[in-house]
Amino acid sequence: MKVGYYPGCSLESTAAEYNESLKEICSMLDIQLNEIRDWNCCGATSAHCLDEKASFLLAARNLEIAEKTGMDLVVPCSGCFSRLKFAEKNALSNEKYKGMSTFRGSINIIDMTALLSGSTVLEAMEKKLVKPLKGMKIAAYYGCMSLRPPKITDAPDHDNPQSMEKILAALGAEIIPWTFKTFCCGGSLAITRTDIVRDQVNRILDMAAESGAECLVTSCPMCQSNLDTREDEVSRQFSREIYIPIFYFSELIGLALGSGNAGSWFMKHQVDPRKLLSEKGL
Amino acid sequence: MIERIAELTGNEIYRCYQCQKCSSGCPFAQYMDFPPAVIIRMIHFGMKEKLLSSETIWVCASCETCTTRCPNEIDIAHIMDALRQECVREGFKPAGKNVYLFHSAFMSSIKSYGRVHELGMLGKYKLKSGNFFDDLKLGYDMYKKGKIKLFPHKIKGMRDIKKIFKKIIN
Repeated sequence: MKVGYYPGCSLESTAAEYNESLKEICSMLDIQLNEIRDWNCCGATSAHCLDEKASFLLAARNLEIAEKTGMDLVVPCSGCFSRLKFAEKNALSNEKYKGMSTFRGSINIIDMTALLSGSTVLEAMEKKLVKPLKGMKIAAYYGCMSLRPPKITDAPDHDNPQSMEKILAALGAEIIPWTFKTFCCGGSLAITRTDIVRDQVNRILDMAAESGAECLVTSCPMCQSNLDTREDEVSRQFSREIYIPIFYFSELIGLALGSGNAGSWFMKHQVDPRKLLSEKGL
Repeated sequence: MIERIAELTGNEIYRCYQCQKCSSGCPFAQYMDFPPAVIIRMIHFGMKEKLLSSETIWVCASCETCTTRCPNEIDIAHIMDALRQECVREGFKPAGKNVYLFHSAFMSSIKSYGRVHELGMLGKYKLKSGNFFDDLKLGYDMYKKGKIKLFPHKIKGMRDIKKIFKKIIN
């Protein structure tokens, strides 16, 4: 399978382990990721907060580049995915943006978890499984932007998404059902309102522990870094011991498919997941 | 006020019957001076000064829960965007000063390189906000783990980026 790939700024920096693990597992699963040339930042939250036109045009430039390749565009970052979908919908059907972009809508914009939870990919994953994640109690955490609003994201079930659960089931993990999988962690306030963010992170980690999860799995770079980097502060502020590693779903696929590089991804986390993994014999 | 916001975000705003679904589902309502449903009512009443100087519009994290749940298809998260933009355009002092400064630093990074360079963006934000010491240890840890780059990557198509920034209002 050949697809276009839009990594986005986070995957080149704070989410480097997401990018590295994705590239490796995609090559293991015979999915060719073709990074689109000279992409620019999607504009993220800042652009739509300060200027709607800039938000549209920044995202649309990437769609125009991707369309020239003729391949569907896969987007790993939930934030980028939401902005590119917003530009797609508006370029095609909003009078306000008419004539502002040459994007014609001849390619699809696909969320990475949707691509990797497709039935043929799951079959390939099951065939290549060398280290099943047996006994690992995992809750999938989606956050906001790959799901809401569904009329932009086209998410099939925005209140109870299942794409990561399907993947985790194929990897042999024990899936923990819980109610906070789409609750916002406050990622866009991560730097500016750490007071609010610590409250939200505390709620999410508390609910995860209460539900019996030993770790969380996410596909959103803002969620991962927000939860991972604030866990220690939250432990101290609320005077309770918390140890819940926050994985990217691609890292766990890599681990289960026997990648030799998994250790180098886990080293990049603030909350070191290797303690949990060694307890589980993984 | 209502005409301006309706023009920016659609006429659905007139449909609000104050069911409070947006306010009760908002994960950030407790940190706001006015919950989302009250903001919509204030727009109906034309309370421009109070709206544009409210904390709410800078506490909203754009999680889109309100927009997703509104039974009248009012795009409340989009209205929050419009209010933030109006706040800056009309020269009001943003009540969430640091949030505004962060977004400005982020945009200025895109304007310079076409992509975001975290280190430069955060440096600029810290200089403007005066929060020099927050998260320094965390930043250093992340740098050691290879997650923060010293130098920015400039895209080749800077002409496109310049053109986009020429068109922006704020």
